[in-house]
Amino acid sequence: MDLSLSTRTVGDRTVVEVGGEIDVYTAPKLREQLVELVNDGNYHLVVDMEGVDFLDSTGLGVLVGGLKRVRAHEGSLRLVCNQERILKIFRITGLTKVFPIHNSVDEAVAATD
Amino acid sequence: MATVELRFSALPEHVRTARLVAAAVARRAGVDESVLDELRLAVGEACSRAVALHQRNGVDGAVRVALTEQEKRFLIEVADEAGPAHAAGAAANGGDPEDEDALGLAVITGLVEDVEVGNGSDGGVIRMSWPVTPISVAV
Repeated sequence: MDLSLSTRTVGDRTVVEVGGEIDVYTAPKLREQLVELVNDGNYHLVVDMEGVDFLDSTGLGVLVGGLKRVRAHEGSLRLVCNQERILKIFRITGLTKVFPIHNSVDEAVAATD
Repeated sequence: MATVELRFSALPEHVRTARLVAAAVARRAGVDESVLDELRLAVGEACSRAVALHQRNGVDGAVRVALTEQEKRFLIEVADEAGPAHAAGAAANGGDPEDEDALGLAVITGLVEDVEVGNGSDGGVIRMSWPVTPISVAV
């Protein structure tokens, strides 16, 4: 029910594994995590959302904020998501055009622009 | 009168409760299982927006969620007490994608066919409704 976050490094990418619910209450924790990673010099992020049960617009806003931060350092932010109900939220807000969305962490880590 | 009415202090930690209650009452009212996820999300968005309006306007108060079972529709009203709405709905057109208000309204209007963003006595009101599937056996 709450938000879980863990990070690991794969090559030059930092994978953020997110689980639980990202909403108006928990999204600030995700924001803090992304800000901290960028401040520490991690500019190529992969956010693994396979364990996310719920995502709302507050969460979308945090991801967009993260994307802006990494782009300021010529970095990247890729998402991993296969869940239709989560993908739908990206589609109706037009954000599928903003984020590269991958089927697996391996695919996201291997991807280049 | 509403079937179930919920009032909570305009704080983010209570939005989840409102989502869960709305989905539970909607399920019982006969709203199709396939749209319950959308309903839950839409109610969450409406409540998050109400909470944000309270915080932005620096006012205390409560968010009211009224869940009403009608013959053919299930009606949800989310009302805030954040004062006169500042052109409610104006943010839905374009704007900064990081603007969570715009995103929230985009999600609601994208998900819900019957939605109306208006003004109530103390602030904004979002009204949404979903069809109710007649069920023969209600346990």
